Amino acid sequence: MSSREKILHAISINKPAFIEPPSMEIKRELSAPSEVVQQFINTLEGIGGKAILTNDMNAVKEDWKQAKETGLYIVNTLPVLGEVNAEINSSQDAHSLEPVFKTYIEATLGVAENGAVWLYESQLKNRLLPFICQHLVICLDANKIVPSMHEAYQQVDVAKEGYGVFLAGPSKTADIEQSLVIGAHGARSLVVYLTSFPSII
Amino acid sequence: MKDHATLSEEFIADEPRTDWHDETLWFVREKRDRAVKQIPEWEQLRELASQIKDHTLSNLDNYLTAFEKNAQANGVKVHWAADGAEHNAIILQIIRNSKVQRVVKSKSMLTEECHLNDYLIEQGIEVVDTDLGERIVQFRNEPPSHIVLPAIHLRKQDVSETFHQHLGTEKGNNDPQYLTEAARQHLRQKFIQSQLAITGVNFAVAETGGYVVCTNEGNADMGAHAADIHIGCMGIEKIIPKAEHLSVFLRLLARSATGQPITTYSSHFNKPRAGQQMHIVIVDNGRTKQLGRPDFRNSLKCIRCAACFNTCPVYRRSGGHSYHTAVAGPIGSILNPNLDMKANADLPFASTLCGSCSNVCPVKIDIHVQLWKWRQVLTAEGYAPIAKKVAMNGMAFVLAHPSVYRIAGKMGRWVMRSLPFLTNNKTFNPWYKQRDMPAAPKQSFRDWYLKNKQ
Repeated sequence: MSSREKILHAISINKPAFIEPPSMEIKRELSAPSEVVQQFINTLEGIGGKAILTNDMNAVKEDWKQAKETGLYIVNTLPVLGEVNAEINSSQDAHSLEPVFKTYIEATLGVAENGAVWLYESQLKNRLLPFICQHLVICLDANKIVPSMHEAYQQVDVAKEGYGVFLAGPSKTADIEQSLVIGAHGARSLVVYLTSFPSII
Repeated sequence: MKDHATLSEEFIADEPRTDWHDETLWFVREKRDRAVKQIPEWEQLRELASQIKDHTLSNLDNYLTAFEKNAQANGVKVHWAADGAEHNAIILQIIRNSKVQRVVKSKSMLTEECHLNDYLIEQGIEVVDTDLGERIVQFRNEPPSHIVLPAIHLRKQDVSETFHQHLGTEKGNNDPQYLTEAARQHLRQKFIQSQLAITGVNFAVAETGGYVVCTNEGNADMGAHAADIHIGCMGIEKIIPKAEHLSVFLRLLARSATGQPITTYSSHFNKPRAGQQMHIVIVDNGRTKQLGRPDFRNSLKCIRCAACFNTCPVYRRSGGHSYHTAVAGPIGSILNPNLDMKANADLPFASTLCGSCSNVCPVKIDIHVQLWKWRQVLTAEGYAPIAKKVAMNGMAFVLAHPSVYRIAGKMGRWVMRSLPFLTNNKTFNPWYKQRDMPAAPKQSFRDWYLKNKQ
């Protein structure tokens, strides 16, 4: 018998009698849409990220322009900002992405309770990009912020693409004496621009 | 092999360090409490998580085959390992087949349980642990002492000295920011050069064939996305039926572990990227046996948050290495006797049975009840230490015979008053080792009660 058969056989003998799956209904109060945005901002800042409210894309464009003036390697994936970096694709390796200083990516949705944003692989262009860059800038339509992970999983199809990630704040560690240090292996900073903000206030 | 009590004695010999360890972990427990109190539906989430896991265990074989089928459809190669040795051999085979030399690994308690690093290094393969805490203990040739905070037994001076030796950092510079930056630079090079990445699996979803890996540092993603081959290692109990169930577990996991609302990265791996190979190794290593023990099977619901470690008065004051196993703490003490009853017979006794572990467990495992039940199993199987057995039988006799009990009490009080050198003595009285004896009372409670009951 192969290990596969052995394991499956042992489970079928040893498992308890079938137990029905529970109902996923949770009794709770949902915050109003304006509170949800404020909660997202507060939570994101609590985990080391920064939220910037803007009524159009101009603030993000300005951020991108200033970044490019540094002469460092800046990667834009958003046509709405201007020229995108066409060289970024899924087959690029770590050596060529290692010099990336700052990256601009759009998120699908945000989660108020934990400050996370959902990113599909198609939004990243390359899976490594949001991790290997030194600084990360995310654009998120403020109307796309949901109260909790329950709504997030209803709205996102996590298996639609090869990869996707809930990303919450900059990379961090507290492995040395529980002292929080921002910038472990991933991005050292995270800024989330909340666009179309006034429409929901 | 030294047992928990002996290893604890070594740990607590350094009193300031013990106090620091105790307070630091309690601080993490308090952060957990603050995070939990912000979620009014917390208890509903725990109940739901517990029920999802109960359901999953009752249908585990079908969910595993569904997961296998869906993962294969996603282009992932699925392997099955009956034990740690087979798990290690499968990984070595993948490495050999692709002629890989450099391997990076993110945190996986399963690979610790299987002693994968030692095995691969013996075969001449460089394995670099990339979680900061794990890299620190790897440099020191130590196992992790905590499943979430692997280097929590060390002070920053220790880390500084280790990094000075291995990474050439400035001697005596103990700044965590500086030391973390040094590790970042060192490990970036390892990520870029690596050919194969091994990660753990937090949750594997039967309906999608995908799996989720949670980190704060981003090391699992840096490794998996940079390397040409990604191997995910999972125990059979990591399965959950549906993607929507992730909402419950991701709300519970980081809040229970460190008090964060969620880990920085909750990465959903479904398919290999173009040109990449993805493998999953599904491991039993004693888990099906535990599934067959009705009193202990729900230990398989564990999501490895370590909330039970941080709250445990014994773990906090004895350190993770005193448990001499890959998974320490209260949950380790109910998992490890299943793997090796003789070698781990001491662990269920390393508890006060206060029940704090069960109270904080996000999937409602009755940890303290299982610790108590393991004691009975181990004693019945003849694994309890003889001294403990004799003492317990003696105690049972005294407590069952009131007149003997009263005489023993009287003698005890007389000895404490008249011959204090017998009780205030570390050789004759182990209780005195870390404690002062109280003053002997003038009379027993019974005598006092008989006198005052009018």
